[in-house]
This record gives sequence, structure tokens and C-alpha cells, in this order.
Amino acid sequence: MTTEPSPRSPSGTREPSPPEDSTGTRAQRSPGDSGRLREARPTGHSPGPGTTPPPVLQVAGLRVRYGLGRRRRTALDGVSLDVARGETVGVIGETGSGKSTLARAILGLVRADAGTIAIGGEDVGGHNRRRWRALRRRGVVQYVFQDPLRSLDPDLTIEDSLTEPLLVQGVPRQEAAARARTFLDRVRLTEELLGRLPGELSGGQRQRVAVARALVTEPRLVILDEPVSALDSANRVQILEILKELRSDGVALVFISHDLGSVAGIADRIAVLHQGELVETGTARDVIQRPRHPYTRLLVSSAPTLHGAPAERAERAALRALLHV
Amino acid sequence: MTTLSDNITARPTRPYAPGNAAAPGGSATTAPPLLAVRDVRISDRVADRDIVHGVSFELTPGRTVGIVGESGSGKTLTCRAALGILPPHFEIGAGSIEIDGTDTATLTAADWTALRGATISAVFQDPASYLNPSIRVGAQIAEVVRVKKGLGRREARHRAVELLHAVHLREPELVYGQYTHELSGGMLQRVLIATAIAADPRILIADEATTALDVTVQAEILDLLADLRERAGLALVVVSHDLAVVSQLCDEVLVMRQGHVVERGPTRTVLHEPRHEYTRLLIAEHEQYGLDKFLAKEDA
Repeated sequence: MTTEPSPRSPSGTREPSPPEDSTGTRAQRSPGDSGRLREARPTGHSPGPGTTPPPVLQVAGLRVRYGLGRRRRTALDGVSLDVARGETVGVIGETGSGKSTLARAILGLVRADAGTIAIGGEDVGGHNRRRWRALRRRGVVQYVFQDPLRSLDPDLTIEDSLTEPLLVQGVPRQEAAARARTFLDRVRLTEELLGRLPGELSGGQRQRVAVARALVTEPRLVILDEPVSALDSANRVQILEILKELRSDGVALVFISHDLGSVAGIADRIAVLHQGELVETGTARDVIQRPRHPYTRLLVSSAPTLHGAPAERAERAALRALLHV
Repeated sequence: MTTLSDNITARPTRPYAPGNAAAPGGSATTAPPLLAVRDVRISDRVADRDIVHGVSFELTPGRTVGIVGESGSGKTLTCRAALGILPPHFEIGAGSIEIDGTDTATLTAADWTALRGATISAVFQDPASYLNPSIRVGAQIAEVVRVKKGLGRREARHRAVELLHAVHLREPELVYGQYTHELSGGMLQRVLIATAIAADPRILIADEATTALDVTVQAEILDLLADLRERAGLALVVVSHDLAVVSQLCDEVLVMRQGHVVERGPTRTVLHEPRHEYTRLLIAEHEQYGLDKFLAKEDA
């Protein structure tokens, strides 16, 4: 994948795109047949003995700004984050922290002003739309949003929603249908839902379909933006259990949430985003038990717990004063 | 007798000194409950079915009762019944609600109007929808004070600023002159709490009042409610889908599901010896996937 010369340059967007470029990096490895490419992927990336595999996601020095002139504001500044194969990283941030901008930048939906983003060793930061489309088609990186109605086409049956990403890759229809059933089973839904429309499912079922749709291309990286925030307790626990099981598949998860509590149980590491900067990164246990940054301390002491000490009120007030929030 | 706002706007915080009422957390008491909900059943007249199948709890000054449940569990309908604002075609089919010794079944519309705000008040999930976007927020608080307390314009303005200060808004004078679109969600909820306590109610219902807020802001609002309870002896009903939110603040917890109270007891008992499967699920969510996984159960 790294054979592709880095396209990061100001001319990236104006880069001429002749028809043969439409397959992007894919063309150099497995021309034409994306189905075969997908199968070839694991061997193509399994590291030689003794070498550590490169992180699935490498974000370095990321800066994203919105607006122009005096109204310009920085949404993300100097954000660096590596996610290893099979790792679950929780990104915690509140309103305005830039967490959704981070998700959008990783998915190529907003352009970075500075820094690099590499997925599976492939520098995607300078990809133009065409290259992004090719990358998405390969299904290497997938996403799940808070509202499953946004990640599912309301006019497609569940079966079509699940098979479409595979058909686009050239997977034969029968195989795609079989795989759709496999992943529907993985998210604990029954086959009788296949003929239904998203609108005919409950919120929890819809979110599980959205997870299945994200998994069906066997991605290496899934970005989840508030995937359980709109669900009730029973459905939330179910989705978290399903996500936890994914770890054994080697898929890396970036779990973005405002709620430390919903991420704590499944994240290997937690990164805390505050006003566009990553203020703290560490193992879930360390961040929760020994938060270092004042904002992390406020976040941990603010999260509702069943057995927490109620005497933290004064501490929270002191931290708020310190942080001017 | 000192009023709620005297207590909360007084700079040196005085502990709440109840007259004949129970001290918060006090021992055996014979104080009459401020709010008594007795086996209340709420039915939908049009669909001809019961939605809430019997809810009971009592609330004395300075105490807090929590109701936990999902949407559709009947927790909001129970609150609305206590406020006399059930939606059309819903009615209390059986049971009774007493507010400060008065059976609410006997109240006229005018009685309700006098009671709401002055004795029982409430804040809900979406603060912006309860405030007028084209009127400065301070003027909306002042209006409540003028109507309910009969204060003049200047006094009302002064009291509104005091209330904004009491809900820990840093620049009350500035906020007084602002419109809803200029304030964040957490600030709006504080403005709404200021409005809700403007007429010195003795009971405040907080129905999912922190649900749409950031966690740090949620903690700020919950801290504020705890503060009001301690300083002014406010009796609280805290309604949430999150057991952890409720357990932080409440002496007693009711767990509701599909219109039934499936569990009821002192918070500590419910957390440590849950009897119903649904309560166990709510606890497991926190203990397996939440922060409680990393916290020692120091009070087992």
C-alpha cells in the first residue's frame, strides 16, 4: 500500500484524475477484481516474523479548522492517536471538543489543515474524493453513527443494506447474501428481519443492523460515533457485548462518545479530547483511577456511578473553577 | 417563616431549619408528607387501557425520591399527574395524590394554578422549549416573580438576578439580558431551574432534567439540586432513565417498567439487594460496562 507516492500536496484536490486512476491504489495490487483483493488483504498485510504490525490507524499532528478570516476557529489541534490491530480506543469528548470532527476527518469527510492520517499504512490525508470512494468501496474502514437511520438507507430492505457494500465490491450475490446472514447472526438478529425496512425495526434492532452493515466487508477499522447514546439499557448492553466480541476478530474500533461510562467497559485505551486537543491518553484503568489532567479529573468525578462517593461535590467545584468552565 | 428564595439567595449558607417538618435524614418523624402519591393508576380514556398500574411514594422536606425507567414506563405521566397537567384523555383512574395535605382530586383549575410554582414546580428535559426565544430570559423569571409573589417591576428584576446567582450562573446581570439562543444547554437548564424555584416551591420535580446535557454539566445541575435541597429544604423528585443519576441524589428509588413499579426501596438496598431482574440489568450495565467496573465497592 505504501508503494503509492504520497499525494499530500496543496495540489491534491486539483490532481488530474484520468480514468485509470479511478481504482486508486487498488489497481497496483489486484487490478479490477476487488473481490479477490479483499481475500488477498490479510496475507498482504500480515507482518513478517519478528516485526510489529503497523497501527491500523495513525493520526499525527492533526489540525482541522473551520471558517475563514476572523470567524476561523480551530476544531482540532495537534491531535495524535495510534490504534493497533484489534484494539478498542475510546475517544471521550463533550460538546465542542472536536470528537465528531475527528471521526469525520478519519473518514475523509472533512479535510485536515495539517497533520497526517494513515489507515493500514496508507496515507489517506491527501486523498481526493475519487480515492476516498475507492477506499470506502474496499470496505477497509467503516462507521456507525448515533442515529442508525442516518447510516441505513430507509428505502432499502435490511438484506439490501447488508449486501450492497459487498455487491459493490463484486462479490457474487449468493455469497453476499450468505455473508449478510452470518453477520445478522453475529449481532443476534434473526433472518426474518431481512425483508424489512429500517423504519419497521426498533431502535435497538436498527443499531444492530448498522453494526452488521459496518462489519460485513470485514473492515480493519470501524469508527463508532456515539453508537449507544440513543439506546435504552438493555439494547446498550447488547451492543456493547457485540462490540466486545469483535476484539477477537482483530478489527480495530474507535469508539467516540461524550459518556465515559459507556466506553469504560470495552475500551483498551481511552483518549480524552478537550477543546480540540487530546489532553490525556492511557489505559482505561489508568485514566479512570488516576486521571492526571484537571479536565479528565472533572470528567471522571462527574460521570454518574452507582457506588461513587457523593462527597466529590467540592472537588468538582474546585476543578470547574480551575478550568474556567 | 423563611422562604425558599431567602434561603438560597442568602450569601452565608444557613442550614435549613425546618419548623415542625422532619430534618433531612432525620430519624422517626411524624411530619406529614409534602407530597403523597398513593397507589395512583393512570388510564388512557380513548384507548381504554391503564398506562400506570399503581405508583406510591411519599416525600418530606429535604428528601429526594427517584424514579427510574425507560421511555414508556410511566414515570413522566406520574410526574404530570402530580403537577395536574396530564395530557388530554389521560386521567387518574384510582388512587390519590396529596400535596401538602390537600387531595388534588378536589382542586379546581384556579387552585392548580395557585399551587403550581408556589408549592410544586418542575423542570424537564428540553429547557429551550419552555422559554420564549424572543424575550430576554431574565424578564421571563421576573414575570413569574411578579405574578406569583406580587412584586413590583424593580423588585422582581432584583429577585430574578438573585435567582440567577443562586443557580450558579457566573454573570447573572449579563445573563438576565440575554436571549435563549445566546445560552448553552447547561445555562438554559439553570435558567429554567431559577424560573421553577422563583415562587418558592417546596417540591421540585426534575424529569430527565440533565439527560441532554454533557456529563460535566449534568454533574453541575445535579450538584445544584443537591445544594438547593440542603440549603432550602426543597423536596425533590428526580426522574431519569439512568439509575446512577438517581442513586447519587435520592434517599428512595422506584424502578418502573411498563407502568408497573417493579422495585421500590431505600437507594442502598435497591443497589445492593436488587430483587427484580430489570433492576439487576440496570446495575449490571454500570458494573460491567460503566465506571463502576473500576471503582471499589467501598460501602458493601
